[in-house]
Amino acid sequence: MWNYEKRLQYPVNITQTNPQMAQVIISQFGGPDGELAASMRYLSQRYTMPYKEVAGVLTDIGTEELAHMEIISAIVYQLTKNLSPEEIKASGFDKYYVDHTLALWPQAAGGIPFNACEFQSKGDPITDLFEDLAAEQKARTTYDNILRLVKDPEVCDPIRFLREREIVHFQRFGESLRLVQEELDPKNFYAFNPEFDVPQGNCCNK
Amino acid sequence: MMANQNQMERYKLYQWIHMVSFAVNDITLYLDTHPEDQEAMEYFNHFKELRMQALNEYACQFGPLTVDTASPEGKWLWSTQPMPWEGGCF
Repeated sequence: MWNYEKRLQYPVNITQTNPQMAQVIISQFGGPDGELAASMRYLSQRYTMPYKEVAGVLTDIGTEELAHMEIISAIVYQLTKNLSPEEIKASGFDKYYVDHTLALWPQAAGGIPFNACEFQSKGDPITDLFEDLAAEQKARTTYDNILRLVKDPEVCDPIRFLREREIVHFQRFGESLRLVQEELDPKNFYAFNPEFDVPQGNCCNK
Repeated sequence: MMANQNQMERYKLYQWIHMVSFAVNDITLYLDTHPEDQEAMEYFNHFKELRMQALNEYACQFGPLTVDTASPEGKWLWSTQPMPWEGGCF
């Protein structure tokens, strides 16, 4: 289960609205490499992960991603707070506004709705951990792309924090992959799938 | 003046909670893949203690950030104080 903590993992205090920038940053809410996909990916993968430490990493990083989703949502919310119809029209935010007013809805910057096909839960620890490693790098690149466009220090600051967390998570997933490989046949990591096949001699006593 | 000082105290404690909570959060991920690192466990214990103290103190003085530290009297502050995405200091 989860408990809510009534604070953002990293504070967001934006004093200047900027709907154009909100439309770009919203991609990290519901886009292909966004925080919602990240959280759902790890939290979905963990049930069949046969190694305790790795299931722990997936749980804790999946949980942190929910906090990141909240930071991104807070940024988008504050960038679009109290907009007038004129500002909405002039900034090009009208296409989002017509369907969602000023509410948060998970979509990519290009308007594509959030979709579970943006992540995979494959049921093979090597496959899933490579997916996770790639996901962290894709999110890092997205934050790099955002940082090239954003000039407002009040927006850059939490985005930089999120970017750094991608790198830390990549490190932890790398260690997780090593832990998994140490459990497997060093001559052939692919000899069997520990999330499905039960090899002779049994691998259940981890 | 008194009100300002109170706001200042609140802001400082809030910042402190962010710092110590981040330390706990980050070392938790590290411990997940290094479950026998004694030094990391000492670090965890140290910051976890500071975090719990700060959360309790904040709840007593300004209102709860977690349900576990809420002790309602007169008014239920959990849902009536501002949400964290509202910005400002809190």
